[in-house]
Amino acid sequence: MIADHLPALQVVVPLLAAPLMMLVRRGTFAWLVAVAVSWTTLAIAFALAVKVREVGVISYAMGNWPPPWGIEYRVDALNSFVLVLVSLVASVVAPYARTSVAAELPRDQHYLVFTMFSLCLAGLLGITITGDAFNLFVFLEISSLSTYVLIALGRNRRALLAAYQYLVLGTIGATFYIIGVGLLYLMTGTLNLADMAQRLRDVHEMRPVLAALAFITAGVGLKLALFPLHFWLPNAYAYAPSAITSFLAASATKVSVYVLLRYYFLIFGVPLVFGRLPMAEVLIGLSVLAVVSASLVAVFQRDLKRMFAYSSVAQIGYITMGMGLANKAGMTGAVVHLFNHGITKGAIFLLLGGVALRVGSTSLERVAGLAKTMPLTSFGIVLGGMSLIGVPGTAGFISKWYLVLGAIEHGYWGLAVLLVVSSLIAVAYVWRFVEVAYFREPEPGAARLAEAPGSMLIPAWIMVAACVYFGLDTSLPLDGARAAAALLLGGAP
Amino acid sequence: MLLAALFIPALGALAIAACDRWPDLRETVTLVTAGSLLYCVLSLLGPVLGGAQPQVMLVQMLPGIALSLRIEPLGMLFALVASTLWIVNSIYSIGYMRANREPHQTRFYVCFALALACTMGIAFSANLLTLYLFYEALTLITYPLVTHHGDDEARRGGRLYLGYLLATSIVFLLPAIVITWAVAGTLEFKAGGILGGGVSNAAIGGLLALYMFGIGKAALMPFHRWLPAAMVAPTPVSALLHAVAVVKAGVFSVVKVVVYVFGVERIAGLASVEWLPFVAGFTIIAASIVALRSDNLKRRLAYSTVSQLSYIVLSVSLLAPLSVVGAALHIAAHAVSKITLFFAAGAIYTASHKTEVSQLDGIGRRMPWTLGAFAVGALSLIGVPPAVGFVSKWFIFQGAAATGHYLVMAVLGVSALLNAAYFLPILYAAFFKAPAQGADHGEAPLTMVIALCATASLTVGLFFYPQIPLALARQLAGF
Repeated sequence: MIADHLPALQVVVPLLAAPLMMLVRRGTFAWLVAVAVSWTTLAIAFALAVKVREVGVISYAMGNWPPPWGIEYRVDALNSFVLVLVSLVASVVAPYARTSVAAELPRDQHYLVFTMFSLCLAGLLGITITGDAFNLFVFLEISSLSTYVLIALGRNRRALLAAYQYLVLGTIGATFYIIGVGLLYLMTGTLNLADMAQRLRDVHEMRPVLAALAFITAGVGLKLALFPLHFWLPNAYAYAPSAITSFLAASATKVSVYVLLRYYFLIFGVPLVFGRLPMAEVLIGLSVLAVVSASLVAVFQRDLKRMFAYSSVAQIGYITMGMGLANKAGMTGAVVHLFNHGITKGAIFLLLGGVALRVGSTSLERVAGLAKTMPLTSFGIVLGGMSLIGVPGTAGFISKWYLVLGAIEHGYWGLAVLLVVSSLIAVAYVWRFVEVAYFREPEPGAARLAEAPGSMLIPAWIMVAACVYFGLDTSLPLDGARAAAALLLGGAP
Repeated sequence: MLLAALFIPALGALAIAACDRWPDLRETVTLVTAGSLLYCVLSLLGPVLGGAQPQVMLVQMLPGIALSLRIEPLGMLFALVASTLWIVNSIYSIGYMRANREPHQTRFYVCFALALACTMGIAFSANLLTLYLFYEALTLITYPLVTHHGDDEARRGGRLYLGYLLATSIVFLLPAIVITWAVAGTLEFKAGGILGGGVSNAAIGGLLALYMFGIGKAALMPFHRWLPAAMVAPTPVSALLHAVAVVKAGVFSVVKVVVYVFGVERIAGLASVEWLPFVAGFTIIAASIVALRSDNLKRRLAYSTVSQLSYIVLSVSLLAPLSVVGAALHIAAHAVSKITLFFAAGAIYTASHKTEVSQLDGIGRRMPWTLGAFAVGALSLIGVPPAVGFVSKWFIFQGAAATGHYLVMAVLGVSALLNAAYFLPILYAAFFKAPAQGADHGEAPLTMVIALCATASLTVGLFFYPQIPLALARQLAGF
């Protein structure tokens, strides 16, 4: 009985938890609920992934209104993969958040963080699982609004500005998205995504459809920080509370990438997007700019959080690059990099949260000699950095392998060269941290710093271990990614 | 047993780390680990000589590509050399690290053991991806060793070291492997190569270039600068890693790629691969000239290594069975000879704190054992019998003669003269010039002298008893 309603529960559990926390208004209670909720969603996501592997596609009619009239929740190989990623990140971040939030924020705000966290989780899972274009917009707004609050909670006053920046741009993005959906509704008369894909076949040459594609690309591009629409991201990541940064970096942009994937490959379809329109060239061109410019900017950052935020922009460029390649290896690379970059950046930002807690700052000058005072944290950041570079034996290597393979199979030799050269830029910024943390002496007075508390270190190291484990035994993410890539490439009209 | 070769040093590293507070116990653990590794490798030797190729799969890394190990003759030879010399090196390290009161000794021994684990992984890798994984791991795990002193100079050296090695391996080697996978559909090392007919002859030349320059550890010019830069490390690191494990991992990979990926017969006679002997020959001569001009002893040895590594690349690039034998033998020959030379340089530094060649006048009288061993190593590299360097050069020369590469023979001749020109003055000064005043030191600590005498006698011993390496090398070349 319950098993049939898992798709609904995936979203309803975190959605209902939020008002409950709001009513009780206790930090500890909210935290316990948040942990329970995130673990529950993880269990549900796993159950759904297993079931999808057996039956292919799960369709769930919300309120028993049959699609395409009612809202359909539709789980397939692609979004079950993203569901697992998002809920996995949430269930690692939630236990971690207690100490981190307690250290960074005043007591009366604790419950607020966890409320918004649950709401944001519900929004992200909702975007991923829903099969309805308007419902997707609603969840997009839920996750965005809660994200604005979460960023604004950061203790630095500049967090307010960062949140405001994101609020403006995020609203523009959401508006563009809904204009695109409106146009599509105009042309097809349906909001159900699967139905829409069917109906678009007849009209996909018409101008409003092309306009819808443009609006959705720009709108979702803003949310996923597609270069040059990434300006909100570094500030938002740098000033949000540490636990929130890890959660957002590992999941929020990934969900937006998923939306773009779904629209491009399963709704508009490859012939329109890559055949009639030069979206492959546009995507690859922008991705190249993202990878090169953001990596170079990262090299010159003086703050670790900002450095890795710019690195995120670059790494998202890798994902969109794989999308633009639109062949099997490239798509596998893109989807698996969603996962791999999620856990890698999650790990790094979780560890940086520990640094912020103990050192009081994440600027490069302040972390001099960090390897002596916080050896485990430093080493974890180095391992995460290896995964960003794509050293074999880490998760990042697997993504890079598929992306290079995809570029070569396409005959884009220049792109393959760029892919490998850009990893060298990653070496440059990761090694700036290494040289400061391992070769400089700690500042006087820093000697009494201790390692981050276990409640933060253990979740962070689980993510670090995952970076290495999924670089060696890749069957779990890779099978999912390959199935998703096959769905994306085979499922289009 | 095969897995044990990988796990013994790795577990040893853990045990060493656990013994941080008891230096004596820590060093005992190091020696025991090194000993058990050698025992383990030796126990695998018998079956391999008998023609068996034991293998084991660790984990499926990518669809169709597993992380797996298989022993073939060349890997056996490399593993044998590395594990034998690790024991000697550990004995030497104990003397060196203590006498020079080096900091962070536990980190040193831990990284060393891990580096050996990576080396075993490289030696026994069954496919290109496994090789690449351990190759990169070796670069990273030796970085703390190279930058051991932690000062600005070490940091600069470390940057060059890591920069060159990572840049070449990521920019050239990784695409080469991906291309191989794309055209061959497999990455397994197979006798006769895996490329087959799917690649045009011109493309093979390009792919070979990607591999040869991508394996930066082989220090083919112009990607050799990391090797002298890495000499900022303590001498035992220079000795084992930069005379044995790291650079040998490079040339080992070169030989392995040429023999098992391209296939000697597949590419023999192709016009598109003819450039390689010239690059290698140029490296030999140019590096020797630089060595001739450097006054710093370790720097001179480093450039000598660059030159000697290209002997191996050169001889495998001749693509004749005899020269492949020569290449494999020279891996072993250069390893024992060069480690002797580095040991001697470290012993001189420990006893007298002298680092420049011009300071060595008359030192042979104070340190007869050390300089005697140095002489053996130097003569071996020049190629004078009775030292093992003669044996390998003999095969390389024969290979060049058989394939009619007269230019190569000329290069070998000139290079032997250059080797003599940069080694013999050191010996002359050490034994026949009058010592400088105020030098009142004797031999280096006993453990160091024992170690360098052991490698020197190995250098001579292998001349008289080259059976085991020779048998493995012949198996590799298939005759």
